[in-house]
Amino acid sequence: MLSYIIRRIVATVPVMVVVALFVFSLLYIAPGDPAAVIAGDQATPDDVARIRMSLGLDRPFLIRFGEWFWQILHGDLGTSIFTNLPVAALIAQRAEPTLSLMAVTLTLAVCVAVPIGVVAAWRADTLIDRVIMAFAVLGFSVPVFVVGYLLAYVFALELDWLPVQGYTPISEGLWPWFQNLILPAVALGCVYIALIARITRATMLEVLQQDYIRTARAKGVGQTGILFVHALKNAAVPIVTVIGIGVALLIGGAVVTETVFAIPGIGRLTVDAILRRDYPVIQGIVLMFSFLYVLVNLAIDLLYTVLDPRIRY
Amino acid sequence: MDRRTFIKAAAGVGVLSATGGVAAPAIAQRAGARVLRFVPQADLANFDPIWNTQYVVRNAAALVWDTLYGFDDKLQPRRQMVESEETSSDGLVWTFRLRPGLKFHDGERVLAKDVVASLARWQARDNMGLMTKEIQQELSPVDDRTFRWVLKKPYPKLLVALGKVGTPSCFMMPARIAATDPFKPIGEYIGSGPMRFVREEWVPGARAVFERFSDYVPRQEPQSWLSGGKRMLLDRIEWIVMADPGTASAALQNGEVDWWETPMADLVPVLKKNRNVMVDIADPLGNIGSFRMNHLHPPFNDVRARRAILTAMSQEDYMRAVVGDDDALWKPLPGFFTPGTSLYSEEGGEILKGPRRLDAAKRLLAESGYSGQPVTCVVAQDLPITKAQGEVTADLLRRLGMNVDFAAVDWGTNAARRAQKSPPGQGGWQMFHTWHAGAVCIDPSSYTAIRANGDKAWFGWPTSAKVESEITSWYAARSLDEEKAAIARLNKAAFEDVVYAPTGFFLAYQAWRKAVGGIVKGPLPFFWGVSKAA
Repeated sequence: MLSYIIRRIVATVPVMVVVALFVFSLLYIAPGDPAAVIAGDQATPDDVARIRMSLGLDRPFLIRFGEWFWQILHGDLGTSIFTNLPVAALIAQRAEPTLSLMAVTLTLAVCVAVPIGVVAAWRADTLIDRVIMAFAVLGFSVPVFVVGYLLAYVFALELDWLPVQGYTPISEGLWPWFQNLILPAVALGCVYIALIARITRATMLEVLQQDYIRTARAKGVGQTGILFVHALKNAAVPIVTVIGIGVALLIGGAVVTETVFAIPGIGRLTVDAILRRDYPVIQGIVLMFSFLYVLVNLAIDLLYTVLDPRIRY
Repeated sequence: MDRRTFIKAAAGVGVLSATGGVAAPAIAQRAGARVLRFVPQADLANFDPIWNTQYVVRNAAALVWDTLYGFDDKLQPRRQMVESEETSSDGLVWTFRLRPGLKFHDGERVLAKDVVASLARWQARDNMGLMTKEIQQELSPVDDRTFRWVLKKPYPKLLVALGKVGTPSCFMMPARIAATDPFKPIGEYIGSGPMRFVREEWVPGARAVFERFSDYVPRQEPQSWLSGGKRMLLDRIEWIVMADPGTASAALQNGEVDWWETPMADLVPVLKKNRNVMVDIADPLGNIGSFRMNHLHPPFNDVRARRAILTAMSQEDYMRAVVGDDDALWKPLPGFFTPGTSLYSEEGGEILKGPRRLDAAKRLLAESGYSGQPVTCVVAQDLPITKAQGEVTADLLRRLGMNVDFAAVDWGTNAARRAQKSPPGQGGWQMFHTWHAGAVCIDPSSYTAIRANGDKAWFGWPTSAKVESEITSWYAARSLDEEKAAIARLNKAAFEDVVYAPTGFFLAYQAWRKAVGGIVKGPLPFFWGVSKAA
C-alpha cells in the first residue's frame, strides 16, 4: 500500500509538468497585456511599452518559461505582477475561505444528498421519490448565482437572519465563521446535492435487488439496517467516486459563489487574476488546484480499499 | 432547572456570545461608530499611485499620501503641504517652504529631500511632469523645509501640475521609497496623509484598511476637496471590494456596509426606496463618453469618414444606453471639455447638434473611399459603459451601411489590443470605446485623449497641428480669458480634425447609509469630514 501511495505521488510530477507547460503556453498565446491594465486608461502607448519591458513581458517565450519553471522547482510560485506580493502568500491569504466553503458545502451535500438518495431508492416510483428527484433536477438546472441571490434576498435582506456577504475567519469564533458560510454553502451545494442524490438513488436501486439484501430481510434485519448498513456500504464506491469528481465541480462553483457572496477566496483571486492577466497568479492557482485534484483522487482511490476489501493495490 | 431548560439556556448564552448579541459596552459601540465600511469602484490590487494610474489607486492614495497642493471645489490649486512659495519676477525660480510638523507614518519628518525625490519619480510618469522635466534646470533641497525649482523657461501651470486631480497625482513619499524606478511598483506604503495604510490587513481583491494617523496636522482652512484641513472623524476605514453590484446593494441595504461609491444605475431605484439609504450624484464633473477611431488605417485615416460619424451619431442614443431613462444623469455634449467648468466651450460643436443626418454621413463616407470593407469595433463586454456604447455604435455603423466586425472582448484584451498599430486584419482595430473622467477633461493638463501629436498621442494616434498648437497656447496663457480663448480654438480644431467622437456627458450616483454624514460630491470620495453616527 505504501509503495502504491509513493508511486502515485511520484506520478503526479509529470502531470504537474504537463499542466505547467500547458498553462504557461495558453496564457502566452491568450490576448491581453497586464502592462496595459497597470498603466491605466490615461497612459500613453509609450508608458505601456516601458511597463511591459520592466515586467520582462517582452522577452521570448522559452526564456520566460525557463525562468518560471526554475522558480517552481525551487518552491517559488513567483510574484504577482499587480500586487507585487508573492503568489504563495496571496494563495495562502485566500485559502482558508475557499477551503472552509468547500468543506462546509461538502459536509452539507453529503449529509443531505446521501439520506435523500437512499430514501428515494427505498421509496422508488412513489410520490416521495418523484419529489426528491424533482428537487434534484431543479438543483441541477438552476444556476448557482440565481440560488445565491434568492437565498441572500430571503434570508439576509428580508428576514435579516444571516449576513449578505463576507467571510469571518474561524479564529474569530465558530458561529461567526459558520454564519457567513451557510448561504454560500447552500447555494453552492445545490448542484452537488442533486448529483450525489441521483447517483445514490441509482446505485442503491441496483444494490437493493441483490441476493444478500433479500437474505438480510429473511434474517429479519430492520429496514434502517438494510438501507444504511448493508445496502449503502455496498453502494458506497460509486458514490465516493462521484464525491471525488464533484470536488472539481466545487472548485468551479466556488468562483461564482465567492463573487456573489463577496468571499475573499481563491475563486475570486482566480477571476481577478484572469481579468488583469496576472500570469504568475493564474499559473500558481492552476498548479495548486491541479495538485489538489490529484491528491483528492488519490484519497478516493485509497478509500475504495476501506469500503471494499476486495480492492487491493 | 431540568435538563432541557439547562441545555436551552446554555445554547442561548453560547449563541449570543458568539454573535456578539449580548449588549456591547458603550465604549465598544462608540468605537464601532468610528469605523466606516466603504465599497470602492474597483479593487485596490496595487498601491503605487505613480506606477499604477487607475483612479481607485489614486482615491486610496489620497488618504495615505499628501500633496504639495490640492485642488479645491473651484478647481483651483491650494497650498496643502506647502506653507509658502516664492516666484522670481521672470517666473524661472520657484522656492517652496513646507509646513512645520509634517510627519510620515513611520515617525520620520517630511524633509525637502523627500519632496525632491517624489517629484523626480512623478515627473517620469506624468504628462505635466515630463514637461517640467524638459524645462528644468535644477530641483534641489535648500534646507530641511525648503526646496528650489529652477526652470529654463516660465511654466505658468506649475501649481496646477502639483495639485491636479488627474492621475498620476503628485503624491509625496519618503526619499527611500521615491527612489524606486517609476516603472516598477513600490514595496512600502508610507505617506504623510491623514490615514495610514494597514498593510498586514490588506487582502488584494477583497479588503484594504486605513487607520487614522494621530500625528497628522490638518491645515486650519476649511476643507474643500483635496485642499484645506483634512480632519478625520473616523478611526478606521475599511474598503470592502464587491465585484457583484447586487451583493453591494444588498449589503448597503442590510447595513453591512456604509457607503457605496458606484451603485449601478439599474439598482438605484431600489436603493432610493430604502429609508435608511441616501442616494445622490457622486461627482458633479461627471464623465465624457468616447468613441475612439484609429487615425492610422482606413476608413478613419480620412477625416471625412470621421466626420461622417459625428454627422450621424446621436448622443442621446449613447447616453440612454449608458445611464438608462434617468434624465438627471446625462446631457448632450457638443464639446470636448467638462460642462459647467470655466473653460467649457461648444466652439465647432455644431456638427453634433440638431437632427442627425444619415444621408449626409453616407455621402461623406463614400467620398472618403469607403466601400464596404470590414471595420473592427473592439468592445469590452465586462464594463457596462463600454458595452453599451459599443452596441449603439454597431447599430449606427450598420445603418450607415458599414460592414461591422464586432470584436466582443474583456477589458484586459481591449487594453492590449488598442495599443496595436498594426492593420485591423492583423490584430489591430478601427474603433473602441471608453470614457474620460470630467475632472481630467477640465483642461488639457491631464487630458491625454485630446492630444493629437501622432505617434506620441493616445490610442488612435491622431495628428493635428492645430490642436497641438492650441494646447501649447493654453499652457502659455497667463489669464483666464487667454485660457478660454485657447480652449475655444482647441475645441474647434478637435472637431474639425475629429480627434475622437464624444458620445455625451454623464453622471453617476453614490449611495450611503443615513447614519453617515459629511459626504460631499467630488471627483473622488473624500473621507475627511465624514462621520458616522452610533
